[in-house]
Amino acid sequence: MNPAALTLQLLELVMALLLAPLLMGWVNQCRAWTQNRKAPPITQPFRLLAKLFEKDVVLAYNASSLFRFVPYMLFACMALVCVIVPVLSTDLPFSPAADVIALVGIFALARLFIALAGMDVGTAFGGLGSRREMLIGFLAEPALLMVFFTASLISRSTALPTIVESLAHREFVIYPSLAFAGVAFILVSLAENARIPVDNPTTHLELTMIHEAMILEYSGRHLALIEWAAALKLYAYFSLGFGLFFPWGIPQGTGVGNVAMALPALLLKLAAGGFLLALIETLSAKMRVFRAPEFLGMAFLLAVIGMLVHMLLEVPA
Amino acid sequence: MSLLSFTPNPLAWAVSIALAWGAVGLAGLAAPRNVGYVGRVLFPIGAVLAVGLAVVALSALGGAPQSVVLPIGLPQLPFHLRIDALSAFFLLLIGAVGAGISIYAAGYFRPGEGTPAGLQCLLYHVFLASMALVVMADDGYSFMVAWETMALSSFFLVTSDHRHAEVRRAGYLYLLVAHVGAIAILLAFGILQNGTGDYAFANMRAQHHGGAWAAAAFFLALFGFGAKAGLLPLHIWLPEAHPAAPSPVSAMMSGVMLKTAVYGFLRVAFDLLHATVWWWGVVVLAFGLSTALYGVIFSAVQSDMKRLLAYSSIENIGILFVGIGLAIVFHGFDMKVLAALAMTAALYHCLSHASFKSLLFLCTGAVLHATHERSLGKLGGLIHRMPWVAWLALIGVIASAGLPPLNGFVSEWLLLQSFLFTPQLPHGYIHMFMPLAAAGVVLTAALAGYVMVKFFGVIFLGQPREEKLDEARDAGTLERIGLVWLASLCVTLGLFPVQVIGMIDSATTLLVGRGLGKALDTRAWWLLAPISADRASYSPALFLIVIAIALALGFLGVRAFYHHRTRQGPPWGCGFPLLNPRMQDTAEGFGQPIREIFQPFFRMRRELPSPFDAQPRYRVTVEDHLWYWLYLPIAKAAEFGTRLVTPLQQGRIGIYLLYSFCTLLLLLMFVR
Repeated sequence: MNPAALTLQLLELVMALLLAPLLMGWVNQCRAWTQNRKAPPITQPFRLLAKLFEKDVVLAYNASSLFRFVPYMLFACMALVCVIVPVLSTDLPFSPAADVIALVGIFALARLFIALAGMDVGTAFGGLGSRREMLIGFLAEPALLMVFFTASLISRSTALPTIVESLAHREFVIYPSLAFAGVAFILVSLAENARIPVDNPTTHLELTMIHEAMILEYSGRHLALIEWAAALKLYAYFSLGFGLFFPWGIPQGTGVGNVAMALPALLLKLAAGGFLLALIETLSAKMRVFRAPEFLGMAFLLAVIGMLVHMLLEVPA
Repeated sequence: MSLLSFTPNPLAWAVSIALAWGAVGLAGLAAPRNVGYVGRVLFPIGAVLAVGLAVVALSALGGAPQSVVLPIGLPQLPFHLRIDALSAFFLLLIGAVGAGISIYAAGYFRPGEGTPAGLQCLLYHVFLASMALVVMADDGYSFMVAWETMALSSFFLVTSDHRHAEVRRAGYLYLLVAHVGAIAILLAFGILQNGTGDYAFANMRAQHHGGAWAAAAFFLALFGFGAKAGLLPLHIWLPEAHPAAPSPVSAMMSGVMLKTAVYGFLRVAFDLLHATVWWWGVVVLAFGLSTALYGVIFSAVQSDMKRLLAYSSIENIGILFVGIGLAIVFHGFDMKVLAALAMTAALYHCLSHASFKSLLFLCTGAVLHATHERSLGKLGGLIHRMPWVAWLALIGVIASAGLPPLNGFVSEWLLLQSFLFTPQLPHGYIHMFMPLAAAGVVLTAALAGYVMVKFFGVIFLGQPREEKLDEARDAGTLERIGLVWLASLCVTLGLFPVQVIGMIDSATTLLVGRGLGKALDTRAWWLLAPISADRASYSPALFLIVIAIALALGFLGVRAFYHHRTRQGPPWGCGFPLLNPRMQDTAEGFGQPIREIFQPFFRMRRELPSPFDAQPRYRVTVEDHLWYWLYLPIAKAAEFGTRLVTPLQQGRIGIYLLYSFCTLLLLLMFVR
């Protein structure tokens, strides 16, 4: 294994750990601005994490060992995702561990664990949240995979580095199929990251909460890890979206110059993406849980249309 | 080749093990009610024999086919037995999974439950031996004898609690469907021997069949073996029979017996018939996909834990047949490497499903023994009382949900990879519909995750829904050994896919003419990369290592930089103080979104309470449309037919003798 690549791999992970809460902070800031509120500083999520890590954990009497294990597992899953998704370079030693299908698998694994943790204490809200989370999950997963399928049909690969390379470094071609897939990806990302219009990360309203309902019983360091993992997940979805739809600026090599070029590009893309997310969240309203199937069904259809467009228009006969 | 010579001959060893199983079973009759003797002596011997069978099968996987003609059976119709790579693969499955189930069963049977333990021991071992013989049979006659022995022994095992009416009903349904299927298989063999009168598989293999006859044989085989495997619409017996049986038997039926049906189908379709017509594959794929979706959707709304697993078995059989169908399609277009990829996915899923489904069924058995409760609505919180069963079940749950890094994901990943090659198919429409089928497979897998969260969450997590659950005891030592064996099978199959694929490659080669092993990118032992590493790769070992490191670092880091103070308190629950176990989400509640979204699939009856009821009751029953649309009309027609012939039944022996006499006369007139 090449030491430069390994260093870069570690750098990517550390950067993800640091940038993810900042991205959260940036989205919250943008949202506050678009809603004419006074914005908290961009480092607010770090303060929250620090506060939570300092606090004691209050465990329910009947919480099982699974309940205490899940936050770490969740964090580890998201760390793995951040290791795999190419951000600074496509030459990553760990990325052969999983392709896009396995990536969907990791997200599903994390979801399974958090849903189980939600049911562990046995409160009414926990089970309700788990059920809804799994509902969103099984609707979003096929749509997400169809998006990936479109990208991998174009690049003839499901390996993320190959996809990114072939989209970024081949001669520039506009793929109409990717436009459909991109919209589908945005819809899925909103649902998967518990954002408006599917879920609202800022309220604890019984009738509508999904993600918050599952983690209601968590506190202290456990909650901090879960929050951090959620930030990492959002960051991972952003990087995935950039890799699939705006791969320009992700270099192939591992040299210092390459990384120096990739970093500003990444920050720029994150800033723009975060603002877009805040805008979407400001402009739309939270919908009823049972509208979620329609929402994600639309995402699925768009992804399928994207794929068919690719087959009809873009495959040389 | 004599059976008595002690050369390292896999066939001789396999046959001896099958016979030894029979002997172990008969030994059970010596003291049928002595649970200690049957459980602590006979079942462990059976388990050791099963391990032996797995070892023998492993050695046979790479070797040349061997055959033997046994001078038993009817005159002119000796038993032909043969071990080739395909038989060896399924013998391996029977041995490896059977060993875990047998050692579990050793600790499972308790005095005073249903049929005496000795009798169950006999039936169980005959069942095992007949399954081994099914995959070794090399002519239609011995195959059918073994097949029927398997069906009958499992029928008696299913009905071991025959005092309950619904168990008898389930057994009857099973017997009926099994025999309708057996007739179709017999007819398929009839076509395959092509009028030569020689039912040896060697002869069938040599025959060339015309288009229509070949198609007829193929679809008869699909019907016959599909009935045994639980393919839609012949799945109806499965959710009745599997829950009715004692748990080791459910595990054996779901994990192993369904695979013998897959074996039969593969044997007929690929080996005897050389399936090369691509649209057959499309049909198989369509049936497989609808079975998978149907199974998983119904599985999500069940509130009996064993029925839930039975429906989940239907789903997995569907996914298996999707793989087989895809292999036929690729095979039909002579794309050998891709056919090998799809076939490897199917065979891998055979192994995966056998290990995780038997593990889960055995876990339900442990729960059943500890609580005497099968209904999910009366369980809960068992992870505190039964940590062994719970954590081992969690392994089965992750595998069954098709999640990395366990075995269920490997087969799913291979299947999706082979779907990604379908745009290369030369046929215009097919290559557009195939990716949609892939979406169906993904939806199935995602729903399987939903089902498994429900299964595990409702049984093991939360608060106990009944008071008696506080007295639940964890599984005994022998049961734990069985569970650990199967769980480690799941983990091994999940972590070392390259090695396993290398092992089963000879079976794939036999079926589609080419193995995947040579196409694998062998840059590193831990990297599974069919076709090429640039195209796709997956490395469960690396995957697990990164997760484990991240887990350890996260855990140690938090402890190093902060503190690990923990206080205990009552659950928060948004500040609601009057929480009781009845307020948890129930199995019905968990199924509610599925009932809502997939409403047209179900035949539902709801009884909603009115606000003025003194004792409000809510009841919802979910039934299968097919039962009403397909089976009841057939049953009515059959009843009508029997009513027509009732006048013939006079109940006097003289009349019946007269019938026989007339029949004889007629036969003499026409046949002579």
